[in-house]
Amino acid sequence: MNKCTCAPELKEKETAANLKELKEHIKHLKPLYDKQGALMGVLHKVQDIFGYIPREAMDLVSEELEVPTAHIYGMATFYNFFSLKPRAKYQIFMCKGTACYVAGGARILEKLREELKLKPGEVTEDGLFGLGITRCLGCCGLSPVMQVNEEIFVRMVPEKVPGILEKFKKLEKKGK
Amino acid sequence: MDKKQINLTIDGNKISVPADFTVMQAADAAGIHIPRLCYHPKLSAVGACRICIVEIEGAKNYSASCITAVSEGMNVKTNSPEIREARRDLVELILDNHPRECQICEKNNNCELQELALTLGIEEYEFPGERKRFAADYSSASIVRDPDKCILCGKCVRVCSEIQGVNVLSVSARGYKANVGPAYDMNMSESVCINCGQCTLFCPTAALTEKDGIKETFKNLNDKEKVCIVQIAPAVRVAIGEAFGFTPGTDKTYETVTALRMLGFKVVFDTQFSADLTIIEEGHEFIKRLTTGGKLPMFTSCSPGWIKYLETFHPEFIENVSTCKSPQQMMGALIKTFYAKKMGLDPAKIYSVSIMPCTAKKYECARPEMNSSGFRDVDVVLTTRELAKMIKQAGIKYKELKKGQFDQPLGESTGAAPIFGVTGGVMEAALRTAYEVITKKELPSIDFKVVRGLTGIKEATVDVAGTKVNVAVVFGLANVHKVLTEIKEGKRNYHFVEVMTCPGGCIGGGGQIYPQGDIEAMDKELYSLRAEGLYSIDEKKKIRKSHENPLITKIYEEFLIKPLGEVSHKLLHTHYHHKCPKGIPSGLRDTVSIG
Repeated sequence: MNKCTCAPELKEKETAANLKELKEHIKHLKPLYDKQGALMGVLHKVQDIFGYIPREAMDLVSEELEVPTAHIYGMATFYNFFSLKPRAKYQIFMCKGTACYVAGGARILEKLREELKLKPGEVTEDGLFGLGITRCLGCCGLSPVMQVNEEIFVRMVPEKVPGILEKFKKLEKKGK
Repeated sequence: MDKKQINLTIDGNKISVPADFTVMQAADAAGIHIPRLCYHPKLSAVGACRICIVEIEGAKNYSASCITAVSEGMNVKTNSPEIREARRDLVELILDNHPRECQICEKNNNCELQELALTLGIEEYEFPGERKRFAADYSSASIVRDPDKCILCGKCVRVCSEIQGVNVLSVSARGYKANVGPAYDMNMSESVCINCGQCTLFCPTAALTEKDGIKETFKNLNDKEKVCIVQIAPAVRVAIGEAFGFTPGTDKTYETVTALRMLGFKVVFDTQFSADLTIIEEGHEFIKRLTTGGKLPMFTSCSPGWIKYLETFHPEFIENVSTCKSPQQMMGALIKTFYAKKMGLDPAKIYSVSIMPCTAKKYECARPEMNSSGFRDVDVVLTTRELAKMIKQAGIKYKELKKGQFDQPLGESTGAAPIFGVTGGVMEAALRTAYEVITKKELPSIDFKVVRGLTGIKEATVDVAGTKVNVAVVFGLANVHKVLTEIKEGKRNYHFVEVMTCPGGCIGGGGQIYPQGDIEAMDKELYSLRAEGLYSIDEKKKIRKSHENPLITKIYEEFLIKPLGEVSHKLLHTHYHHKCPKGIPSGLRDTVSIG
């Protein structure tokens, strides 16, 4: 779905460090769950650490949890939350659930497309922003709702969009 | 007997069934057939296809009867007009997303979807619309995967995981993109698939079928430069008749020999000869390991799916497996060396074909180890199904064929050879020979009935001249994983283990004739009939011990010199190596048996 290849590739060193972190996490989890039962949680952790679910991580999970790669791949590709391709640093999800849609979610999405020059499913050239659509986030009372990584923006109006994007751009500059 | 019983009504019939029954099982017990597609009695029930829906009084929706437990006072309707209509809709939805090419499909007349559409009375394509399109995967030496024909019932996923413990397949993605295949959308040839072909027996459509060897074979049969030599495995002869209306288990050995000659094969040999030879080599290898402190337990090596499984999932046991090649590969090596030399044939011009009940044999004959004659020892493997198709394509009236005879000197076999095709048979054949070689005395009773039968794991202790030899016979790789794990844990202690990849042994091989009519793979009666067919061939033979085969004695005098000798070592033995990617085996639950 996402043909973009410009998202930043993970450096080898970073991958190694991430895999090490994942291994530690599984070691800690193992005594608490049966192998199949732990899989879902572990995949969340993979997405957390890497920003997506790379094959190396699935191989490691398979080895550590002794769950066949076919099962892991089946689960990772079933849920929309999991991405098998590198995601943007700031992944934006606009809610198109019923309540948000009725409250004008489509206009926010239109504004996001305009500002970022992206279609849903794409990532900006610098890898900073990705645009996606999601179904209900469970806060319909505050609709329309937009999510950027872990942060939720409520009662959205198109005018709020540039400011929010600016905020993350600044954050990025500071980080550097 | 005093298990709790539940009373319920199905289609007006009041019945009483055990409390752990599903509605489908209750209906079956009452003689009411609920149509079904993704259900198989030997696999876990998942309710994926919804075809088996029924109406339960008081329930909000129709329920899938394969996963709905019975409860007291339940009132079930399986056959109301509404249910029939809903079921038709479900099948129509599947049909809409399925290629409309029945006439040119491998599974035409053997397709559960086709049969279902017919029995439910579907008369038109109700929901025209978008259809999924994938590329077929021809990479495997044995299995072709065509996701366009897949209806996502998941039987292959379950047989691969629950019966074989291999877990190569899973359903990935969703919606129009949902498909069944190996992890990471890998090719079958790169995956941990062990080529057993059980998925082809369980697939209701033609999404999983064997790799075609027919075209190549016909081409070579027409090539005047080539000498086409064929061998035929034990389990083929008791199943091929099914494709022509004979009862399963009918011995069609000699009619099939005639058919092979009519197809144009110059020489017809019997894999049963090399089965006897395997017993001599493997028997001596076992005796050597037993008496000189070699690696034990020793595992048999004739099932190529098991060998690939061993290399991929349990490489720590590679040294335990017999170094003997399978009977197919022994025969292949002898044809292009011993026989070629004897007859003054150029081995480069021999085209060696073998007819096997097996899809993994297609993979085995292409292994780099299998060219000790200086050429590829076996050029192509055809399954029982493919041979039946060739016979039909050539217009041969199989039912009217007269009996033919195998060619010599590689066509004579003892009663120990046919039973290679059924679980326990290799062990029994080996014991008949090993006992007499060790004790130098005649066996008191030739039948080792303890190792017979369709139970997944069998054990016996045989007294050989005061030495208690512990043997085990295992089929189905999930069972094998259990046995190997428990050997490692010290819970099982054996000297000799027979391993067959497929349920029931080769009679249930992935290349066998598709079960006909309502019968399904792993059906107890079907497999029992095929097994009885092989045991009756054994009983009718005058000589029933491999080491008494006069042509085996002769080939040692003329060519091989002695068992485990230099020539044998070069032509009849091999070694295996661990494979990547390493597989994650499963199968520590209940033993999988037939029936």
